[in-house]
Amino acid sequence: MKHLLSIADISREEAITILNTANELAKVSDTPMKKLPTLRGRTIVNLFAEDSTRTRISFEAAAKRLSADVINFSAKGSSVSKGESLKDTAQTLQAMGADAVIIRHGASGAPARLAACEWMSGAVINAGDGTHEHPSQALLDAFTIRKHLSHGKEDLAGLRIVIVGDILHSRVARSNVLLLTKLGARVTVVAPPTLIPYGIESWPVDVAYDFDSVIETADVIMMLRVQLERMSELFFPNAREYSRYFGLNKERLSRMAPHALVMHPGPMNRGLEITADSADSARSVILEQVTNGVSVRMAILYLLLAGDTSIEVGA
Amino acid sequence: MNTVLLATDMARALSRIAHEICERNNGASTITLLGIPTRGAHLAKRLAQLIESIEGAPVQVGTLDTTLFRDDLRLKAPRALMPTAIPSLGIEGRTVVLVDDVLFSGRTIRAALDALGDLGRPARVQLAVLIDRGHRELPIRADFVGKNIPTSLTQSVKVNLSELDGVDEVTISGEATS
Repeated sequence: MKHLLSIADISREEAITILNTANELAKVSDTPMKKLPTLRGRTIVNLFAEDSTRTRISFEAAAKRLSADVINFSAKGSSVSKGESLKDTAQTLQAMGADAVIIRHGASGAPARLAACEWMSGAVINAGDGTHEHPSQALLDAFTIRKHLSHGKEDLAGLRIVIVGDILHSRVARSNVLLLTKLGARVTVVAPPTLIPYGIESWPVDVAYDFDSVIETADVIMMLRVQLERMSELFFPNAREYSRYFGLNKERLSRMAPHALVMHPGPMNRGLEITADSADSARSVILEQVTNGVSVRMAILYLLLAGDTSIEVGA
Repeated sequence: MNTVLLATDMARALSRIAHEICERNNGASTITLLGIPTRGAHLAKRLAQLIESIEGAPVQVGTLDTTLFRDDLRLKAPRALMPTAIPSLGIEGRTVVLVDDVLFSGRTIRAALDALGDLGRPARVQLAVLIDRGHRELPIRADFVGKNIPTSLTQSVKVNLSELDGVDEVTISGEATS
């Protein structure tokens, strides 16, 4: 594994290796010395062509805990806003000696383009590309679910996971569906028909249009953000109607199984897809997702950068 | 392939090391055994049982993974991390006895010392190994050695333990001349 571009590219075993590595790295956060020398002297560039708080900070924290040098590069305030192409940006980063580029881009496939080309030799990590994938988010979600509900097993076999909301625009949903089913979970997506992507039959999921019908049997309810910025037309009549049919509120929360979890990748539209009391309830692991995000991203950086990836594992 | 230590030899060596550890430290109340995965962790558990039977009191035992502190990470394929489990009393002010199967270049032990430094400040650190095969690349020596086995660099030493390999034995393979 040289790059992390999408969940579709990685095998079940690789995913489990990442989760197990994250589990060990999470312990470092509990020790007085939170820094490891493992990636000392490596340079990691955060190339964010789209807004992000948590993913960028999470990758930055992960890189710094492994002693790597981090250069933050956002489209606003850089030459990208003057019209510099991805190619020129990549070649500049290569000339500066970047060992890895963590890229978020509005165009689906931008990280894959970067990885396939000759413009730079470092590792490419997809931190979210358009409406395609967001692999590190899916891995941290799987890690959080596994920690709470797998009872010591390495995978998520038999768990029922419900993903609710804007499936059409969500890269988080795409990566999660691929990863969670790869790990043996049963995934149901719930959304109004306008927010279900064309061709959903080819996904390994069940589709429901009635949120209330799947609440009691779910082990995890994952709410997605309504991505107002990606919506050019009206996908639902109004916000109040969306909340009424597809929002997580106190009443729906009370019907969940006793062990079931509430998740949200953030940032939340409180009052739209999730009410404040649901987001802050005892079932909610939303802040834990953020904490686990650092450990999972440390694992990704460690596995991609610490060793010589040109040697096959086990060789 | 040459078998240099049989199950009975290994049992005797471990029993002697257990006694030496108790003798050197006036009992076992201040010591914390930390095994280096994979085989060092099993040896540490065995030593802890032996010391418990000698002293009649429980012994602090755990594991310490050194992977993140190694200096040869870049030269090899990515490695999976092994568990680190520090026992309840921690290492602060304790006598830590590192346990590993084979002492060779000394680089694993250097990494272990760095890893310990990040966890706290032990009162002292000692090293117990089943096999010392020589060829040190760093100024490191063991306090307790099961058996010194002179080897050439081209040979490889393999410790088999019943927990993992079904049998207790130590074998050497390869040409004796380097």
